[in-house]
Amino acid sequence: MVPQSWYLILAAALFGIGLFGVLTRRNAIAILLGVELMLNAVNVNLVSFWRYSDVLNMSGQVFSVIVFAVTAAEVSVGLALVISAYRRRNTVIANDMDMLKF
Amino acid sequence: MTTELLIWLIPLPPALAFFLIVLFTNKNKALSHTVGVGAAFLSWVGAMIVFVRALGVEHLAEHPFASAIDWLPTGDSYFQIGVRIDPLSAITLFFVAWCVLMIFIYSVGYHNFGQPEGDHDHAGLPPHGATVHGHAVPSVEPMYSRFFAFIGLFAFGMLTLVVSDNVLTMFVGWEIMGLCSYLLIGFWYGKESARNAAIKAFMTTRIGDVFMLLGIAFLYSVTGSLSFEKIFSEEVLHALASVPTGIFGLSAAGLIGLLLFIGTIGKSAQFPLHVWLPDAMEGPTPVSAMIHAATMVSAGVYAVIRMFPILSLDERTMTVVAFIGAFTALFAATIAVAQNDIKRVLAYSTISQLGFMIAALGIHAYVAATFHLVTHAFFKALLFLGSGSVIHGMEHGVLHTGNHKVDPQDMFNMGGLKDKMPKTFWTFLIGGFALSGFPLVTAGFWSKDEILADAWAHGHTIIFFTLAFAAFLTAFYTMRQITLTFFGEPRTEEAKHAHETPWTMTTPLIVLSVFAVGFGWVGMPHWITSGLVPNWFHEFVGSMLHEHAAELEFNIVPLATSLIVALGGLTAGYFVYRNVKSPAEDKLQIPVLKNKWYVDELYNVVFIKPAVWFSEVFVSQWMDKGVIDGILHLFGPATGGVGSGIRNYFDVPFINRFLGDGSAEVTWWFGRNLRPIQTGRIQQYLLLTLIVLFVVGGLLYFLLMA
Repeated sequence: MVPQSWYLILAAALFGIGLFGVLTRRNAIAILLGVELMLNAVNVNLVSFWRYSDVLNMSGQVFSVIVFAVTAAEVSVGLALVISAYRRRNTVIANDMDMLKF
Repeated sequence: MTTELLIWLIPLPPALAFFLIVLFTNKNKALSHTVGVGAAFLSWVGAMIVFVRALGVEHLAEHPFASAIDWLPTGDSYFQIGVRIDPLSAITLFFVAWCVLMIFIYSVGYHNFGQPEGDHDHAGLPPHGATVHGHAVPSVEPMYSRFFAFIGLFAFGMLTLVVSDNVLTMFVGWEIMGLCSYLLIGFWYGKESARNAAIKAFMTTRIGDVFMLLGIAFLYSVTGSLSFEKIFSEEVLHALASVPTGIFGLSAAGLIGLLLFIGTIGKSAQFPLHVWLPDAMEGPTPVSAMIHAATMVSAGVYAVIRMFPILSLDERTMTVVAFIGAFTALFAATIAVAQNDIKRVLAYSTISQLGFMIAALGIHAYVAATFHLVTHAFFKALLFLGSGSVIHGMEHGVLHTGNHKVDPQDMFNMGGLKDKMPKTFWTFLIGGFALSGFPLVTAGFWSKDEILADAWAHGHTIIFFTLAFAAFLTAFYTMRQITLTFFGEPRTEEAKHAHETPWTMTTPLIVLSVFAVGFGWVGMPHWITSGLVPNWFHEFVGSMLHEHAAELEFNIVPLATSLIVALGGLTAGYFVYRNVKSPAEDKLQIPVLKNKWYVDELYNVVFIKPAVWFSEVFVSQWMDKGVIDGILHLFGPATGGVGSGIRNYFDVPFINRFLGDGSAEVTWWFGRNLRPIQTGRIQQYLLLTLIVLFVVGGLLYFLLMA
């Protein structure tokens, strides 16, 4: 059986890629994609810890299911926001949406 | 009704009248005087019943009507107050009740009841007259009801004093009268002179009252009782005479007697506290009669007669009493000779006559003093009411001519009033003759003669000659007054138009003139009646003393003296003043007499000026404004300095600048310098968050793990 550390390394890499995407991509939709990657890295972690610890304790799987559901809702709201922003400001570049500055 | 209960009730109607008038009937003049006179009448009825019953008791002095109740708890026992009618208080009650009733009735007319309201009258000033159909007529007193309330209270004070069976309630009545004299002398409080006279009367009598209170307190501390019954018993008197006080070597009796006598000096206006009484003429004339005859000054003499058993224990006290009395009698008589105000002459004659009584008491002439007190009350009330009637008539003349500059009280503005005011003239003549001691018919003759006879018989030659000369002057100035007022031709237009006064004023005059003549008969010495009628008065009042003084044998010297001074004074007075037209022709207007021996001026310099200086300069300017205010003014700058110091060196730099402004500035600095971080770019925020997370996480890791 594959050691758990491989899964953890995968999850960390995935999280790092997602974080990098979030911080570097200019397109707001790409930032959302990065956020999705980070959430799924967490899911990998949850599932792997479930599998390698007490199998009868289902909380790891339950949490990952909840994260799926929340992610789906979040993406739909996020995309709606991006579309709405695009309609108003005619752009999806995150750096251009800086109206909250001082 | 038992006599004792009746005695309790005698003083009450005037007190009730006072409250009724003040509280309820003040607006209604007719109702007020009905209440006032009615109350005086009820008291009069009670007094007469008691007097008649007292006459029916044999040995009244040993078995007086007395009744007492427990009043103040004093430890195990009670301080008792009560009423007591013995011969002295019975006879006093008799004349007080008569005089009070007559004065009440007279006041109705004197204050112009039934006349219209004045055109320009103000409360606090005498009425100025009203115009009806173009004629000036007298106007009713604006404070009519108030007057009856006050004299009601006055009468209550006097009746309380008379029926008391102890020194304390006597003193209470005494003080009530002090208050009422103040209120009534200052009745026309709009006049400054009246206000000053009221204050003067109150202050002067207060001096005497303080000493009297001291005497009462001392008496109580020595004997443990203030009831006449106890303090005049043989053993208490003996104890009083034997207790030394260490003051001038006097026994307790002597000191108490002196202190109580000083109270009388104030109340009965003896020298040197006589100054208030002439000024008391500022009050309405019925008040003068009230003060001079029925109540106040009589109360002073009554008190000292009452205290006679204690006073007579110490011969030195008695000497002081006798000499003050005799001196006052002569002193006041000399002043009266040079006065032009009809009421002031009477005022000084009152002082003089009171001096006679005091002097009589000082030479152990107990009965003579009492006798003169009673007869004097009658004829002096008569004279005052008569002079009020004259003034009233003159005011009528003043209203007629409209010349208000004419003083209706100045005798040199009068003259010839005999035909204008016959009733007033005849009654005034009777009163004047009684005062002068016109032989045989008038009451004043018998009482004054008895004093002189006593002085002669007991060898008090100085007192005798002093009093005899005073009696001569009395007759002289009385006749001067009568001559100037009633005889000759009218000296002014106003006197020509003087008018007889209404019946409410003349009736009391007639009643009192009956007593001014008739009351002398009850005290005629036995030698004049050849023993047919006993000297009732001597028997009645003389029984008060433990050692019953025998009646004097006939002696030609005092009788001849009485006759000569009375007739001589009257004749001289008539002939000297028969043709005097103005004060300039009056040879006796010597400045020293006119100015009352400068006693007022002396007091002004010795007492009043220093007192005013003390209060205005010393207390007010130096102590109050200088020292007290100075200290306070030091506190002000001191606390101000501390305050501004705290403000300048703590509040402003530390609290305001450092804490207040400083915190704001720091916050502002941080805000200004942290502002650029807020770029509005979400990815920068995230990056920053990440960096901070790493830094904090790294720090926590090293701190917690390492």
